[in-house]
Amino acid sequence: MALDINLMVGGEAGQGVQSIGFILAKLAARNGYEVFADQDYESRIRGGHNFFRVRICASDVGTLTEKVDLLIALNKDSVLLHSQEMRADGMMIYDNDAVKDLASEGNLLGIPLQTLAKEKAGNKIMSNTVALGAVAYLIALDLDRLKELLLERFGPGETGEKNTIAAQAGFDHAREHFEMTARRVPAGSNGRKMLLNGNEAIVLGALAAGCRFMAGYPMTPVTPILEGMTENATRMKVATLQAEDEIAAMLMAIGASFAGVRAMTATSGGGFNLMVEGLGLAGMTETPLVIVEGQRPGPATGLPTRTEQGDLLFLLHAAHGEFPRVLFAPSTVEENFWLTVKAFNLAEKYQIPVFILTDHHMATSYWTAPKFDLSQVVIDHGRIYSPGVPVDGDYRRHLLSEDGISPRAFPGTKGIVVFTAGDEHDEHGHIIEDAGMRAAMVEKRLRKTDLVRQEIAAPKTYGPEKADITLLGWGSTFGAIREAVDRLCHEGMNVNCCHFAEIWPFPVGAVEEVLAKGNRKYMVENNATGQMAQLLRAQTCIRVDGCILKYDGRPISPRFIVDQLKKEVGAVW
Amino acid sequence: MVATAKVTQKVYAGGPTAWCPGCGNFGILSALKKALVDLQLEPHQVLMVSGIGQAGKLPHYIRTNGLNVLHGRTLPAAAAAKIVNHDLVVIAVGGDGDGYGEGGNHFLHAMRRNHDITYLVHDNQIYGLTKGQASPTSDEGFITKTTIKGAVDPINPMALAIASNASFVARGFSGDMEHLSGLIKAGIQHKGFALIDILQPCVTFNRKNTHAWYRERVYRLDQESDHDPADRTTAFTKSLEWGDRIPIGVLYRQERPVFEDRFLPITVDQPLVGLSPEPGGVESLLDEFV
Repeated sequence: MALDINLMVGGEAGQGVQSIGFILAKLAARNGYEVFADQDYESRIRGGHNFFRVRICASDVGTLTEKVDLLIALNKDSVLLHSQEMRADGMMIYDNDAVKDLASEGNLLGIPLQTLAKEKAGNKIMSNTVALGAVAYLIALDLDRLKELLLERFGPGETGEKNTIAAQAGFDHAREHFEMTARRVPAGSNGRKMLLNGNEAIVLGALAAGCRFMAGYPMTPVTPILEGMTENATRMKVATLQAEDEIAAMLMAIGASFAGVRAMTATSGGGFNLMVEGLGLAGMTETPLVIVEGQRPGPATGLPTRTEQGDLLFLLHAAHGEFPRVLFAPSTVEENFWLTVKAFNLAEKYQIPVFILTDHHMATSYWTAPKFDLSQVVIDHGRIYSPGVPVDGDYRRHLLSEDGISPRAFPGTKGIVVFTAGDEHDEHGHIIEDAGMRAAMVEKRLRKTDLVRQEIAAPKTYGPEKADITLLGWGSTFGAIREAVDRLCHEGMNVNCCHFAEIWPFPVGAVEEVLAKGNRKYMVENNATGQMAQLLRAQTCIRVDGCILKYDGRPISPRFIVDQLKKEVGAVW
Repeated sequence: MVATAKVTQKVYAGGPTAWCPGCGNFGILSALKKALVDLQLEPHQVLMVSGIGQAGKLPHYIRTNGLNVLHGRTLPAAAAAKIVNHDLVVIAVGGDGDGYGEGGNHFLHAMRRNHDITYLVHDNQIYGLTKGQASPTSDEGFITKTTIKGAVDPINPMALAIASNASFVARGFSGDMEHLSGLIKAGIQHKGFALIDILQPCVTFNRKNTHAWYRERVYRLDQESDHDPADRTTAFTKSLEWGDRIPIGVLYRQERPVFEDRFLPITVDQPLVGLSPEPGGVESLLDEFV
C-alpha cells in the first residue's frame, strides 16, 4: 500500500492550529511527499473549534480522506469531537496537562506538552511546537528539517531557537515513550516542491501575468489575494488598494484597465453582488478585466468560512444585457496559476471580463506542486492601436472590425483621444440612439464569443477510456472525484470522469466529443441544484442520469461520492 | 502670453449637445474649456470621467479622453486612472443626484483619500434626465412628483466636504463663467482632491432655483468678504450660509498628502501604464513557497 497518512490538528482559535498544521504540511513537502491540507474554522477570532488536516501521500493527491491516522488534540474538545473519526489503528497525541481523565495507553499518546514546553523552552505557549516534534518522530519526518522550518517561521533569534528546543523535547519524549507505536514510512522523493493554496497560486499567476493594479474589499475566502498582491506590490510594481466597497473596487479596476494596465479585483459571492453593475460596464465599454470570485455558501452572508459551488449560473448570467465573458473554475493548484495567466491574456485579447471562479475549499487548501515553469508564461496584450490606423488623429475605440475586436489605445497617447461610454455608443465611443448602430455594436461585441470559445480547453478526463459510468464535475471537486474513480475501479466498477475547469464560453464541440454516448452519467457538485448539470443540458442537450450534490458547506470527499454513487446505481448495478 | 499659445478652444470642440436651450450646463462647459486652454493642456493629456445624468454627458461635448461610467460611480474609476497614469489630468464630472445620492460613499472616501483629481458637480438641485424628481440637494419642502409633501433637509455638499477634510472645497455658479473657469483652473492646479460644486439652473424642471434666483443670492467670497480659505472653522461657518446670500469661490483649501504619493504600497515615480512585467521577481517569489 502506497504511503497515505491523514493527520489532524484540532484546537480552539488562537491555539495555533493553523500555524502548526501548516508547518506540518510544509515539513512533509520538504521531506519529498505530496501533500494536501485544509483548515476548518469558524467565523470568529478566538475560541470555537478549529481543525487543520494534512494528508501526506507518496503520489499526487488533491483531496482529503475521512479517516484520521494521527490526531493532534490541543484541547479536550478535539479529543471528544474527533476520536471517532480515527482509523482503528490511528494514533492520538494529546496534552496530558490539559486532558487528565484519559489514560495514555496503546495508541492514545498522552504527552505533557505544556510541562515540556515550560521546562525545556521556558514558555508553555510552545506546547504545540512540542507536539510537532513528537509528530516528526512518530511518522519519521526529518527533525532537522523541522528545526529549519521553525527558524524560518520564527526567525533565527531567541524565539526561533526556543522553538527548535521545544521540538527537540517533543521528539525525544516520543522516542523514549512511544518507540513501538511509531510508523515506519517510506522516504519521499527528492524533488523540491512548492506548498501553496489556491489564493496564493492566483496571486503568483497575476504577478507573472504582469497585473499592475488590484482593488478589493476584504471578504472571506479571498482576502489573502489582496493581501498577497499588496505584500508583493513594491517588488513587483503593483498598485493595490482597499476600496470603500466592492462597487468601488470594481470601478477602480475598470478605470485602471481603461487607462492601460492589467487590472483585477477579487471577492466572494456577496461582494460580487455589488460588482454586477460594474461587470455590465466592462462588457459595454469592452474593458479587459479579471475578477476572482471565491464562493462560499449563500445566499446573503450564508456560511462565511465554509465552501460551496453555488455561484456558477449567477456569474454566467450576472448583469443585464448581453455581452461576452469568460469563466474559469480551476480544479488544481497549478490551474489556479495557469488559468490566471490565461485570464489576463484573454481579457486583453478579447477586451472582455474574465472570471476565475474558486471556492473556499480551493482558495484555502494547501497543495504541493512542482515549481511553475515561468518560461511557459506568455503575455498577449491583444490588438493595440498604431498611429494612422484607420486615420491619423481619428482613433475609434469601438471600431467596427470584422472579428469584433477594436485596437486599444490609452489616454495620454499624443494626437488622439480615447473615449468610451456605458451608454450605447458609436465607433468613437459617443452616445447614440440610432437603431442600426445599436444592432451593429451588439453584433460586434457578440462576435467575440465564438472567437474566444476556440481558446477554451476541452474538459479533462481521467480513468478508463471506456466506462459504464462517467462522473462529471467542475472546479474544486476534481481531486475528490479522481480519487473516487480510483476507489470505484479498485472495487471492480468501470468508472471514469470528465471534469471542467474552462467553462465559458461552453466548449460545446469538445464536450460532445469527450462524453461517450450510452453510458450513465452523474454530475458531482457542491451545491443543491446541480447548476453544471443544468448548463450541460442547456448547451448540449446532454442529460445526466443523476446528480451527487452536497450543500452542507463542507467539501465533497471521495467517500461521499463513492457512497452516493452506489446508492444511485444500486438498482441497476 | 495668450498670443503664443498653441492650444486654443478649437481643439476642444466636441460633439453636438443634447441639453435644453438655456441650460446651465453650457456655462460650465465653456468655463471648463477656457480653464483647459488657459492651462495650455492638450486634449490627450486630459481624462474626463463622468457618471449618468445631464452632467454625465458633458465629456461627450468636449474633445478629451473620456470614460463615461455608471450613475454615481465616477470617482473610483477616476481615482484608479490617476493612480496608474499620474501624467493624466483627471477630471470627474457628474450631477448632484449622481455624486451626492448614488455615489455618496465614493464621495466621502475620495475626499478622505485625497486623490489628485478634480471633481465638478453640476448642482441644479433636481433630477433632470429623469424629468424632475427631488435630488439630495433640493431645498427643504421642494415639491416634486416623488416628494408630494416636500423634499427633506438637503445635503450640504460644502459643509460635508469641509467636515470630511477635503483639501479643496469650492462653489461656482454657471452664470459667472469667468469666475467658474478660474475655480476649475485652481482646482486642476491644486495637488489633491478638488471639489467644485456648481450651482446651475435647470431651466426645464426646477422652477424655484432659477437663474435669477441664484443671481440674486450669490456673492463672491474673494470680492465681498475677507474670507481666509486656510481657516477650516470659518470655512465651515461659510459653508452653512444658504438662503438670502450664497457664497461662491474657494471656501476651504489645505495642503495634505495625496493618496497616490503617500499611501500606495509603491512609490509611483513613473506611470504604471507601459511597464513590462518583472519575470525575475516572480521566480524568486516561487522559491518562497518551496
